[in-house]
Amino acid sequence: MPISVLMPALSPTMEKGKLAKWLMKEGDKVASGDVLAEIETDKATMEIEAVDEGTLGKVLIADGTDDVPVNQPIAIILEEGEDQSALDGFNPTAEAKPAGAPQATADAPQTVAPTETQNAPTLTASATTPDTASSPKGARVFSSPLARRIASQNSIDISLLTGTGPHGRVVKRDVEKAIKEGVAAKASSAASGTALAGAMTDDEIFKMYEPDSYELVPHDSMRKIIAERLTQSKQTVPHFYLSVDCELDSLLAVRSKLNASAPKDSDGKPVWKISVNDFIVKAMAMALQKVPDANASWAPGGMLKHKKSDVGVAVSIPGGLITPVVRDAETKGLAQISTEIKDMAKRARNRKLMPHEYQGGSTAVSNLGMFGIKNFSAVINPPHGTILAVGGGEKRPVVVGDKVEVRTVMSVTLSTDHRAVDGALGALLLGAFKECIQEPAMMLV
Amino acid sequence: MSDTNFDVVIIGAGPGGYVTAIRAAQLGFKTAIVEDKYLGGICLNWGCIPTKALLRSAEIYDFMKRAKEYGLNAEKIGFDGKAIVERSRGVSARLSGGVQHLLKKNKVTIIDGRGILKGKGAVEVSKDGKPVSTIQAKHIILATGARPRALPGLEADGKLIWSYFEALVPDEMPKSMLVIGSGAIGIEFASFYNSMGVDVTVVEVMKQIMPVEDEEISKFARKQLEKHGLKIMTEAKVAKLDKGANNVTATIEDKNGKSQQLVVDRVISAVGVVGNIENLGLEDLGIKTDRGCIVIDDFGRTNISGIYAIGDVAGPPMLAHKAEHEGVICIEKIAGKNAHPMDKNQIPGCTYCHPQVASVGLTEAKAKAAGHEVKVGRFPFLANGKAIALGEDQGLIKTIFDKQTGQLLGAHMVGAEVTELIQGFVIAMKLETTEEELMHTVFPHPTLSEMMHESVLDAYGRVIHM
Repeated sequence: MPISVLMPALSPTMEKGKLAKWLMKEGDKVASGDVLAEIETDKATMEIEAVDEGTLGKVLIADGTDDVPVNQPIAIILEEGEDQSALDGFNPTAEAKPAGAPQATADAPQTVAPTETQNAPTLTASATTPDTASSPKGARVFSSPLARRIASQNSIDISLLTGTGPHGRVVKRDVEKAIKEGVAAKASSAASGTALAGAMTDDEIFKMYEPDSYELVPHDSMRKIIAERLTQSKQTVPHFYLSVDCELDSLLAVRSKLNASAPKDSDGKPVWKISVNDFIVKAMAMALQKVPDANASWAPGGMLKHKKSDVGVAVSIPGGLITPVVRDAETKGLAQISTEIKDMAKRARNRKLMPHEYQGGSTAVSNLGMFGIKNFSAVINPPHGTILAVGGGEKRPVVVGDKVEVRTVMSVTLSTDHRAVDGALGALLLGAFKECIQEPAMMLV
Repeated sequence: MSDTNFDVVIIGAGPGGYVTAIRAAQLGFKTAIVEDKYLGGICLNWGCIPTKALLRSAEIYDFMKRAKEYGLNAEKIGFDGKAIVERSRGVSARLSGGVQHLLKKNKVTIIDGRGILKGKGAVEVSKDGKPVSTIQAKHIILATGARPRALPGLEADGKLIWSYFEALVPDEMPKSMLVIGSGAIGIEFASFYNSMGVDVTVVEVMKQIMPVEDEEISKFARKQLEKHGLKIMTEAKVAKLDKGANNVTATIEDKNGKSQQLVVDRVISAVGVVGNIENLGLEDLGIKTDRGCIVIDDFGRTNISGIYAIGDVAGPPMLAHKAEHEGVICIEKIAGKNAHPMDKNQIPGCTYCHPQVASVGLTEAKAKAAGHEVKVGRFPFLANGKAIALGEDQGLIKTIFDKQTGQLLGAHMVGAEVTELIQGFVIAMKLETTEEELMHTVFPHPTLSEMMHESVLDAYGRVIHM
């Protein structure tokens, strides 16, 4: 019997993706492990491999198709001995079989757990399957079966609703209210970026400009996700900001010494070249360990107090940005942090990062110092509790005692989710950070 | 009485009142309850509970009459009417004592007397018509219940024409009886007396007996009751009762206006109940009433702040379990808890005649009238192993679903023990299950409850044992 190839879920949160390109065409022989097509998600391009052997019988979704729901059949593979006639009357949805776990190219580790792929929401399932309303965030939404069914029949994302049943359970009246009154904006990553509360419609915006005065560039997945996540963050996360100046002179001296003493590899290149930003990431990791209460994520069900320091690093890439996470940064040396950031930044630019490399974390560092920015405030990446915006280091007059001295100073601003980290706690965190920056030896204790 | 200042005072210690009092105490309110006559109210003393005791005697008597079917010998069977009544009174007394214990355990002050509103925040208590004290409370909850409706010409006199008070404590079994009204109260007494050998005729003005029930269920029950010897006249009206020395001549009119006369020993007037809104001081405060009941909002609040009403006095359905729930919602709202209005569509109703009738939600007719496209499932007791083993193979379980959403709109049952089964569907409705979850639920075998499963399966063309 022919086998359907389904749109795979490349991450637990993926609901749809773009079928970028078929690498095989109809009639091609397919062996298990062959790369069939490339899929573009919000942040990465992935290759999907065949699980079954046979012949690529039919391509159901063409190159360049946007928003293909996870688990939708995208192609049919004919088994040995079958020909095109086997396709007659074949229902690809009924005989669906998930595609293999996506494989990142080249040297990237295989990381998408197969279970995640199999547990992806079955968006093509029949109306009698009640489990379609899974939360886009992966967290369970408590809701009644009837509420779920009415929501799915009315294309309402149940994770956007506020439940009024026991323990916040979403019940029928909540869904009926949403049908009547519309869905209020709520912390969630569902829907598309255009459906955000209060946003102007395309028509409203387009008509403000002369038709020939601009070029309309369609949003790619990353742009949509950026729009959605950051709007959601600014609308739902109560931000407040703390700024402090850090003197860099000691740090720069240590950095020079470390880089000067880097051993050389076989090509004669130094094994490490540590940047100021690497110090900042390490300092943030240590500060979170020193002020563990600030290493937190707010969730409706309770506060997540993180044990490790997983620090995101905002990386600008063509068409947007991505924030790979340095895991357990408190346990890693500067050289290792430096190497990891360089590797992930490079792969991020090629859109080859795996989802697990940019998900999670409790804080992030965004550094615009290299552009000459003195100071700015960053938008928190939920569910992070904080984000540190870093300006450039520059020589400034500093009052020391009663004298003015020239010191290298960097201004940083910590954006804080007030639900997770209050003002004084944020100040403690920033104080610990400043201490690590001004006296790098503090990072050793 | 030393203490006269309370957070909450409840007037009336029926099932609504005493449950509310206990919940109020649990919530930390200093609570008092004012009751003139019976702790536990009509329900426990002159309603739900003592009738169940009588009906249990009737049921066992019916079984004794059918002993041979079960391979048993029972000769010279008979009954002691006085002992049956004594047992029934004993059951009530035991439970009333239990209510007193529960109130005391929860530190609710029990005030003996009749409570009357004296302005906002004050209740005057009188005993035997004389004021004995005045108590103050921030919140006053009226839970005074209801009493038998007295239609002109059909008023109970306590001798020849009974209300439920007299019907519960007969001195001796009459030979013949007329029951006016076939709601739960009328049909239960009719069933009891019929089982005890009385020649019983039921007269109902509506098209069907137990008018609130699903038509199909009502018809099924009627057939069984008639098979049991009950005489039933629907779309008929008792126009006149002429009392003789020890009998009553009733003039009964059918829908065409044709009248006939029926001579019976006793008449039970069971034409409904009306709220006890009189002599409560409602008028002085301007508390709104409508058709004999106090008008309340979703949380038991009257139009006057600080005064609440729950249970029968606050309107239909006049059922003990509705009163209890309404009271809990009321006091939890007062306490600032996250209370939700009661969905009156999810209040089950049970009638303990033989066969029993139980239901929750919309009847098929009401579901259609409300605009639902429905899927209806049915399963008969005839095809259930446990029912056949029990020797109770007459009955029906009917389920009604909304075709589009799979919402369980209503469940209706007639047959043995259905009053104990209905709760399964009540929970299903409350949790908002669809047919899918019910189909995937495992029902134990062999039980009567399997018919609930089969009825759901039948609604979707998947019934197994039929």
